[in-house]
Amino acid sequence: MPLVSEIDYGTPASKSKEQVTLTIDRVDISVPRGTSLMRAAAEAGIQVPKLCATDMVDAFGSCRLCLVEIEGRRGTPSSCTTPAEDGMVVRTQTEQLKQLRRGVMELYISDHPLDCLTCAANGDCELQDMAGAVGLRDVRYGYEGDNHVTARDNSGGINMRWMPKDESNPYFTYDPSKCIVCSRCVRACEEVQGTFALTIEGRGFESRVSAGMHEAFLTSECVSCGACVQACPTATLSEKSLIEIGQPEHSVVTTCAYCGVGCSFKAEMRGQELVRMVPYKDGKANRGHSCVKGRFAWGYASHKDRILNPMIRETVDQPWREVSWDEALDFAANRLRTIQDESGKDSIGVITSSRCTNEETFLVQKLARAVFGNNNTDTCARVCHSPTGYGLGQTFGTSAGTQDFDSVEQTDVVIVIGANPTDGHPVFASRLKKRLRQGAKLIVIDPRRIDLVKSPHIRASQHLALKPGTNVAVVTALAHVIVTEGLHDMAFIRERCEMDAFEDYMEFVSDPANSPEATEALTSVPASELRAAARLYATGGNGAIYYGLGVTEHSQGSTTVIGIANLAMLTGNIGRDGVGVNPLRGQNNVQGSCDMGSFPHELPGYRHVKIPEVRDIFEKAWGVTISDEPGLRIPNMLDAAVDGTFRGIYIQGEDILQSDPDTKHVSAGLAAMDCVIVHDLFLNETANYAHVFLPGSTFLEKDGTFTNAERRINRVRKVMSPKNGYADWEVTQLLANAMGANWNYTHPSQIMDEIAVTTPSFANVTYELLDEKGSVQWPCNGNTPDGSPVMHVDGFVRGKGRFIRTDYVATDEKTGPRFPLLLTTGRILSQYNVGAQTRRTDNVVWHDEDVLEIHPHDAEQRGVKEGDWVKLASRAGETSLRAHVTDRVSPGVVYTTFHHPGTQANVITTDYSDWATNCPEYKVTAVQVSASNGPTEWQENYKEFSERSRRIEAAE
Amino acid sequence: MSPDKLARMANQIAKFFETRPHDEAVEGVAAHISDFWEPRMRAQFFELLETQPELFSGLVRDAAPKVRTVTAKAANA
Repeated sequence: MPLVSEIDYGTPASKSKEQVTLTIDRVDISVPRGTSLMRAAAEAGIQVPKLCATDMVDAFGSCRLCLVEIEGRRGTPSSCTTPAEDGMVVRTQTEQLKQLRRGVMELYISDHPLDCLTCAANGDCELQDMAGAVGLRDVRYGYEGDNHVTARDNSGGINMRWMPKDESNPYFTYDPSKCIVCSRCVRACEEVQGTFALTIEGRGFESRVSAGMHEAFLTSECVSCGACVQACPTATLSEKSLIEIGQPEHSVVTTCAYCGVGCSFKAEMRGQELVRMVPYKDGKANRGHSCVKGRFAWGYASHKDRILNPMIRETVDQPWREVSWDEALDFAANRLRTIQDESGKDSIGVITSSRCTNEETFLVQKLARAVFGNNNTDTCARVCHSPTGYGLGQTFGTSAGTQDFDSVEQTDVVIVIGANPTDGHPVFASRLKKRLRQGAKLIVIDPRRIDLVKSPHIRASQHLALKPGTNVAVVTALAHVIVTEGLHDMAFIRERCEMDAFEDYMEFVSDPANSPEATEALTSVPASELRAAARLYATGGNGAIYYGLGVTEHSQGSTTVIGIANLAMLTGNIGRDGVGVNPLRGQNNVQGSCDMGSFPHELPGYRHVKIPEVRDIFEKAWGVTISDEPGLRIPNMLDAAVDGTFRGIYIQGEDILQSDPDTKHVSAGLAAMDCVIVHDLFLNETANYAHVFLPGSTFLEKDGTFTNAERRINRVRKVMSPKNGYADWEVTQLLANAMGANWNYTHPSQIMDEIAVTTPSFANVTYELLDEKGSVQWPCNGNTPDGSPVMHVDGFVRGKGRFIRTDYVATDEKTGPRFPLLLTTGRILSQYNVGAQTRRTDNVVWHDEDVLEIHPHDAEQRGVKEGDWVKLASRAGETSLRAHVTDRVSPGVVYTTFHHPGTQANVITTDYSDWATNCPEYKVTAVQVSASNGPTEWQENYKEFSERSRRIEAAE
Repeated sequence: MSPDKLARMANQIAKFFETRPHDEAVEGVAAHISDFWEPRMRAQFFELLETQPELFSGLVRDAAPKVRTVTAKAANA
């Protein structure tokens, strides 16, 4: 297996529809207008020598190596900056060009160390390649004069031009002595990532790449996305893993297992060892970009904490005992069957994982439905995007984002509501920022001043800093302004939506009670700003809404999703490029886990279990009877466990004890069960209450598919054998068979075939199709054999779009004298979710503990200073953490992340939930903050309990 | 589940449908509970309607007769 080779065309593709025809080295070629000569040549198979050009960034024209001659023109223009024109006759190799290039290379090499044999880039160095390409045979200028290469000058004194290596970043090094100042890193940071952390300092021979104001990479604004490392043509910026291991010899294209953006990567390997992850240019979600997590934070896969052997214990106060797979599976199967014999078939259930593949998720829900004989299956989408499922299902007819990520390139006005893309969905954020720098307008609706509100070359037109819990009032007020000012798109509504429902909605939304002036007191959003935002969205061209968990994780989460769908229908912003409603999905496969029937009321493809025709499909395929009753949702499972009627659970790849709200309630539920099976990479928090631990495999160790937030089905490819012995789908199959099922899958592609046969939106999906096309977006069936980048193009999935009233109902979680502040939660860039993976990587250098953001006004009132320990208490519980005093949050609002188990942020959150889906109300908790000396008693006790319950007795 | 929590969930659902015409609201609440509540939850719901009807809003009580009944099989399965 060779390295996956990607051609670097030197400059980005032109999007022009107009073609021009020219001759390059006697080859006739037609290219879109605006294509550079360099790219035109590359498309004709001719490689013009180059150093400062690469197709991830715009042409720069500084290295003077890509010179060409054009008939009828004077001089030797650089081919990267010269656009192709009709009738041009171009020569890329002449005596004059050869001489010029050799001269340029000679100068480059005269200030470059000649340690090629021991250099990390040896074998993958463009400088080396170009020296070879231009036939450089001699360097007449030595290091006697000025240079950046040696620490000492010829007389043994200090060479002031030399700079030592910067090794501050945990994942890559910067060696200034190898830099050729091509600016590719600086431009990648600006154009691709959009952070503007790098610059060229100095002038002329003094020019140097500099992170921030001559700072170390780690302490500069650098977000460690690695685009600069990827862009560097030499060893100046190199991955530390590459330096340590050496050049990879083969690579495999696969999909990142972090967030819902679903970036494609080349896993570059040497044998079974992963050397580095490099974003794949043809990946349609990321277009060759990545963030710090996907590119660098994969060390958890071989972390010492990883559990590789199955373990069991009679009771959770005992230490773990390592046993064989057979013994663990028999133990688990016997317990589950015994529970069912004693308490009925509905007394056990499963939680599928949004971290695992579609195929694995499909098998886990099949385990519940076909082997357990009930519908007790749920997934972590319960606690994130279940309201999206309900809200978009009711209004549009299906539960999914309407666009692909490319769509943002056509957007004129973006509303970001309850999402923090630069931290939660960084690669999408980079693509969004690129569009904003081109002039698109931005409206941010968020209680907190997220980075998008104001960052280099980005400024939101409006930031509606609403009070947590008032999303519905704000979204409805936006609709009120649009409707009462006559800015709605009546032609679209008449053609595409149910008129009765629209008229009813008009009556509701036009009510002055829904005006921004009337709701200002409640939402804290100035009416004038809200009106300006509504006008901008309705009249600014293509309007797109992107939203996250700040919308869904509320008692009115589903209502807000409905309100967002109403806004898009009102303004006709549905069914074409550049518009739409886009839920930013949290986990890599949360879309897929929902599609695969993880919810207790629906079979794969969002079809209710009460529908006989749907059950019939699966009953025939599986040879079983499927229950027509909805099963228990996660919070309901825990309630039933406390009541004693739900006693056993198989949890694949989810840590409900850390991630779910009201920790005390979760732990009471888990503690009440007689068989908790945790199938995971690590002894997570939930495993403290487990009787069986089945070791899991990482995304590098299995085949399958993930479906990202764009409904894009991406292949996950195995690059190494599972360290624990089995891929996760195999483990589920072993458990099912231990319980008497007779499953015989030998490859995940067979599971996908079963999905395609039973689920209409996946009808045409096969591994062959995915290999051929790279990826497809569902629905992919007879009507749309190539998949569907944009949904609801000619009509809504449900036929006509349906407007639904969105009355604002204040949450029961109210502030008062005891708990006067509102706590809201979120994420940061370097950590992921409960941190099980990222905490086991060097990403902890950026964030090693959760902190509480508090406004200076609230801090002063409580005598809290920066870095102080504070106690955070709600009616559910209390915890303590350090304070960060900042005006990013409004007075009255505090904010924290939940990446570290020691913080126990969910001890604070309550059991209030969305009215329609029971999605917990994470984003609003009434709290009090007070000074503290350190961890609370609960934290100390939990730490002790957690250490005790993780004891392992080695096998005999 | 605690009676208060179950009642709160039912009343929350009713709150969303409250502004609809009464018949439609009754259908909406009943359908929602029938589609999403597992038999054990519906059994407890019916029981509480008998024992503590005051926990529930008027709309929930009106919708109750239309909520999917719990067969003995489903309840003891």
